[in-house]
This record gives sequence, C-alpha cells and structure tokens, in this order.
Amino acid sequence: MSKSFLMGNEAIGLGAVRAGVQVVSGYPGTPSTEVLETVAKHNPGDIYVEWSVNEKAGMEVAAAAAYTGARAMVTMKQVGLNVASDPLMSLAYVGVKGGMVVMVADDPGPISSQTEQDTRHYGQFSKLPVFDPSSPEEAYEMIGDAFDYSEKYHTPVLFRPTTRICHGCASVELKERISLPAPQGFVKDPDKWVIFPRLSNANHKMIEARNPVIGEDFSTYRFNLVHREEKETIQGIITHGISYEFVMEALNGYKGARIIKISTPNPTPEKLMLQFMDGLKEVMAVEELDPVLEQELTLLCGRHHLDVNIRGKLTGDVQCAGENSVESVQKVLEAYLGAPYIDYLESLSAGAVPDMCSGEAAGAVPGMCSGAAVPVSLEDSHPTPSLPVRPPVLCAGCPHRSSFYAVKRAMEKLNQELPDGQEPVEGVYCGDIGCYTLGNAKPLDMVDTCLCMGAGITMAQGMQRVEPHKRYFSFVGDSTFFASGLTGIVNAVYNEANLTLCILDNSTTAMTGHQPHPGTGRTMMGQVVEKVNITKVLEGIGVKHIRTVDALDLEQCVETVLEFSALEGVKAVIFKAPCIAIVKTTKKCRIVEDRCVDCRTCINEIGCPALVLDQDTVRINPGLCTGCGLCGQICTVDAIEPVE
Amino acid sequence: MTKNVLLCGVGGQGTVLASRLIALAAMEKGMEARGAETIGMAQRGGSVVSHVRIGGEIHSPLIPYKAADVIIGFEPAEAVRCLPYLKKGGCMVVSPVPIRPVTASLTGGAYTGNEMMEYLKQTVDNLVVVDGTAICAQSGSPKVLNVALLGAAIASGLIGISLEEMEQAILKRIPEKFRAMNVTALNLGAASEHV
Repeated sequence: MSKSFLMGNEAIGLGAVRAGVQVVSGYPGTPSTEVLETVAKHNPGDIYVEWSVNEKAGMEVAAAAAYTGARAMVTMKQVGLNVASDPLMSLAYVGVKGGMVVMVADDPGPISSQTEQDTRHYGQFSKLPVFDPSSPEEAYEMIGDAFDYSEKYHTPVLFRPTTRICHGCASVELKERISLPAPQGFVKDPDKWVIFPRLSNANHKMIEARNPVIGEDFSTYRFNLVHREEKETIQGIITHGISYEFVMEALNGYKGARIIKISTPNPTPEKLMLQFMDGLKEVMAVEELDPVLEQELTLLCGRHHLDVNIRGKLTGDVQCAGENSVESVQKVLEAYLGAPYIDYLESLSAGAVPDMCSGEAAGAVPGMCSGAAVPVSLEDSHPTPSLPVRPPVLCAGCPHRSSFYAVKRAMEKLNQELPDGQEPVEGVYCGDIGCYTLGNAKPLDMVDTCLCMGAGITMAQGMQRVEPHKRYFSFVGDSTFFASGLTGIVNAVYNEANLTLCILDNSTTAMTGHQPHPGTGRTMMGQVVEKVNITKVLEGIGVKHIRTVDALDLEQCVETVLEFSALEGVKAVIFKAPCIAIVKTTKKCRIVEDRCVDCRTCINEIGCPALVLDQDTVRINPGLCTGCGLCGQICTVDAIEPVE
Repeated sequence: MTKNVLLCGVGGQGTVLASRLIALAAMEKGMEARGAETIGMAQRGGSVVSHVRIGGEIHSPLIPYKAADVIIGFEPAEAVRCLPYLKKGGCMVVSPVPIRPVTASLTGGAYTGNEMMEYLKQTVDNLVVVDGTAICAQSGSPKVLNVALLGAAIASGLIGISLEEMEQAILKRIPEKFRAMNVTALNLGAASEHV
C-alpha cells in the first residue's frame, strides 16, 4: 500500500470512507470543513453526503440514518456542537443501531473561532465516549475504531481532533475499504426510539452502568499508550492530542519520566491510569483547552487515596488558555523535570542535534496566524524594524465592502440632511459570523456586535427595547440566513421590531471555502436543485418591504438604505453580488494620473487592499484589482476608470 | 536527520502548493513528511505560514524556533516576522517585492519592503534574494513565484532534495499545460545568487 501526504481532515474523511460510512452530514466551520468535502470528493458512489442547513439538522439526519443500522457521521466545529446540543443530549439516552460518529473539531488559540471550548467536556456532559487523535495517521485509523465502538455499545461517539490535527499534514498509509453487510433497516420499537421520561430514566441507569465497562475496555485501547521510564522515577506526564507530539518532541528522547497518552478522555481508562500512577509521586498534565485529564486524575487520586501530586493548568504550571507549542511545553518540562532533563538537552545541543528553542522566544504565538507576533531580535546591534500589521481583510472587490460602505454613507447622508436643531440619528450595526465580520475593520468600522450565528438579527431587537430612537441594521450572510437567521426574523416580525435587515447575498458560504447552501441550487451530491429563494422566504414570514439591489451599485444601495431604514417595522435589503473568489473577472480599474490629486479619499474611505500608497502616490495593484468599481464611484475628481 | 522548511507569505501567494511539492519530493525518496498549514480567516490577506518537516523521527507538525534549515519568504516583512525560526547557518530565500497591507496605506505608513531587506542582509549570513518579477516574466506566468522561490531553496543544498527530484515532483503534481513554465521557473530560481 502506498503512502499519501494528507491533511488531517482528509485522513479523517478517507478513514470514514474506508470504515464504510453510508451517510455523512455537517455544516462548514473551520477547522472541520474539509472532512465532509473529502468524503464527497472520494465518494465511491454509495455514500450520501450533504451540507445540512445547520449542525442541528445535520445531527438529526445522521442519527436517523444510524437508527436504520447504517454507519453515519456528522461533522462540525466546536461552536457548531452548541447548536446541535439539543439532539445530541437526547440521542445520548436513545442510542443508535449503526455506528454514529459526531466529528467535532476544536480550535485551541482560538485561531478561527469565537470560543476555546473543549469538546471533551461535552463528552462528559452527554456521557458519550470521546476519541482524541494525536496525528493525521492516527486519526485515519481511529475514526474506524470510533465506528466500531459506537456499534459495540449502541451509542453515538464523539471524535474530537484539534486544528493542528485537522490542518496538520502527514504521510498516511491508506488501506482497503471495509466491506459491511447491508443495514437491517429501521425496526419500529416505541420502547427504544421514542424518548419519554420513563425511557430516559431507564436509559440513564443503563448509561451509568455501561460507562465504567467502556472505561475498562478503553484501558486496553490501542491508542492509549504508556511510555515507561528507563531510570527509576517518581515523575509522570499525562497528555493527549497534539500536545502529546509536543511533549515527545520537547523530550527529544529523554527517558527520565513516565508518559501516558490518553486518546479516550471519556469514559476515562481508569485501570490504565492507575497502573500509570503506580510508584509515581507527581504527574504533570500537559493539555490544551480545559484541564480534563488533570481533573480526572485528581478525582482518581482522591477516590483511591493516592499520594500523588497532580499538576497542570489548575496549579498554574501550564498556560490556562491558547495553543501549546514545543516551546511552551519544553518550558513546562524544564521547570518540572529540572536539572537531569536540562542537562540532557544541553548534552544534545553540544552534539549534532540542533538547539531547538530558547526560553525567550517561548512566549511568541506559534504559527503567528494573527500576524501580530513580533520576532525576537537576533542581534542587539540590529533592532528589528517595525513590522507592518497584517490582519485579515475583506478581499479586493468583495461586495461586502460596498454593502457596508453604502449603509455607512446612507446614515451620513441622513444626518447631513436633517433640519437644523434636530438631534443626529445614531445607527447601530449588528454583525454576524462569516467573512463579513471583517467589516469591523477600519476604515469601514461597521460591525458593532458579533456574538454567534444569527445573533445580529435578534440583538438589534433587544437593544431597541431600551433605546428605540436609534436606527438598527442587522447584517447577515446568505448561508447564515438559512443556518440560523430565520428564527430571528420571525421573532422580529411577530414582535413588531423596527430594523433593517441587510442580507449580504454572495451566493456561497465564503469564509469556510465556498460551500453550497440552500440558496445556491447545488448539493454535495453534485445535483442542481431548486434554489430556496430568500425573497420568497421573507415574503412568507411577512416582511412587507423587500428589495434586491446590486451590491456594487453604490448610489442605488445608498438610496435604498435611506428609503428603507426610514420605514416602520422589519424591512429587508438584499445586497446581491457573487463572492469575488468564485467569479472570474477580467475587469480592472486604473488611475488616470493627470486627474488624480492623491487626496487618498479612496484609500481612507473603503480600505481596499488593491489601493496602495506608493510613497505619496495612490496606485492600484493590478494583480489584486477585480474592477468592482467602488473606488471609481467615490473618487472626488473622477480619476478612476474601468479598463477591460 | 530531519530537515525543516518554513514557508511564509500573505494569503493567496501559493505557499501551500510549494510546501506540498517539498513533501511529495521527500516521500518519493522514501522519507517521512509532516507539516501544517494556515487555513481559515487568516487566508484573507493575512500572514500565512506553512511548515514542512521531512525525514527522521518527527513528532510536531510545527517547526520549533531556531530549527528551520530553510525559510522561504514570499514577502520581505513576512520573512522578517518568521526569522526567529531560522536555524544558525540556515538559509533564507526571499522575494523582495512587498505586499502593502491596507493598514499601512491607511496610516500613510511608508512600508516599502526595503527596510526589511536591509535588516535581512545585516542579520542573515546565508541569504538568497529571488527576483520573482523577472523570473515570472521569463517563465511567461505571474503565478510561478512560489516555484521560483522553491528552486532557490533547493539550490541551497540544505533540504536534502535535488533539483532533478523536485522537477520530478512538479511533473507529477502539476497539470501538463503548466509544467514547462514551472520547470523554467524552478531552474531560474535555482540560479539566483547569494547576497
């Protein structure tokens, strides 16, 4: 069998295909998205794959498929599990027949998320088994194990990789697809599939009795490992996931401590953990996100009256938030293991093995995704030049820029034209989750709130109950509209809220890499289907004023916003223009040099990355410009013109 | 012996393809490969970093500080940002063409990239500057900067992959109609001179 260089998410997707998964659902979210996409791309033809409208829908689709005896998987990011937690909690009581894996990717850092929540805790909360892989190649194998355990114990299981597994790459050996018998089909049984208090009570007892059995089973699970020390020691290290790899790299062959890697944090493999602690006096828990294993060990010590000092996040030895790195772990281990370990590392660096890292750099952000990290100067004689900050921005030509700017311009215009003596009207801009959260950056500065999927619509309602004199705008993308916007709009219409719904319809789920959604008319099975029409949905809900505008036509947008925002009740402006990353354009704009006065209005007003200041001259970067024409529409001296 | 290559630039510059080519060429030689990519919000014009680690026993997908044999800087400020990763005696391959962030234009900041290039010249002994603009013009495509930089990185001799082996990886991975221009860019990049 040959090896392939795969991203962790590809390994998980291919591992699920190999394990005979038959139904896969999910909602996009970094870092989980590529798992479902991989299944769709490598679909042998007998797997049903869908992007569901949100995580809750995806969870229910997968659960019902598993009720029939088929193997099913649902994929999402950690905050998606909050959306899907309602079916998850009940499903934990009901159980499944075919194997069901709930693939939830966590995001330490966080790098692309709102929270640093730890899905291992969801495992404890819902009393479901959790699998926590350490590498792409392990994830490839482990996803198959997850299906096996799910079927063995008739329960859904959580599979929880983190960003560095999902987006880490490794050479993975691919294996033959497992052949499974056809599923038995759904067998009616009201005592099994219909949740009632009586069933819940009985199954709660069943689960409490079952979980210690699974914990016992996990004590011999192939990816729960103990590395024994070579010299006698009283010190141990407990770790998991990518932190295990950081520990192994930082130890660099040092064998003066006992190490345990836990791949099944719930139910914990108690027997293995007790064996691990035998003879130890101290254990350092090196974990990312929450101190789950640290707390479990502490409980175990209490219950078994063990005199072992458990350290980690709760004792302040390990950072309480953010990603771990080889550097941060090495620092923890130096303080914990002391001279023998430090001497060992020094003996290595005296030889051929490179000096891995220094303590001084350990505080910097690994991966430097924010672009804000400042390097340590190598030589004092050469101070590091100040680095330009490079936060993510809306792309050049992005229609969201134009939409936000139009609303901003409309409110400025409204206030400029107010009769003398009248108080200015304040606009409140409630944002949402997607590329358009980047509308918060200067110079647009048009996102005042962002909480979670769909919240922009409902938050504008809560505020106006206290401050009704302001004008409220709720920005929502097309994918978010379908995922969780509808409930908030119904709430607004029913409760007679007063807000302008700004639907930024770019015909895709852009932030996560352009997934189709109900409004695009395409499915993950490659079918062209009827589009769910946003205007008709709004009409059906009872929104009285709805208008679709060309997001790149500034004047039309400004006038519509002015007109609509003055109306009573819920009104919707649909700013329509496709995401610039999915349309091929040959258009460009150029600056007519003898007309340009370098006033920088274009740069200062819209902050397009294609508009650059070269010395004191404004230029358009032709490599980035898409010819959207927004800058030309605001130029005060008509010095920007389109070129074909 | 593990070889570490760090590729850094701005979202959209093609760091991922270049890192995949290194891993593929290494795997063709029977070496293990590991790595990590920046995916998500940062891809929208933000700083991006790809880590590639080949050969030997590798645990972490991320390269530790001061452990990169070669850094491939697609942009001068991003190269400086990632300098703490460079191993003593390691090679920095850099394109001197700056990508000006919106923040710099907004504040009237005079970021030209020159100050970054000066700093690199003063602090890095093993520095290769790749004239990507000229190579792209000669190769007939503006999109081959990544492979030109890769050529210079291979020519440093510090990655343990030969130019011929990389050429094979390109032939295997890249669609036929783009192969010739990429092979040209690879070889032109490899001919870049040390500073």
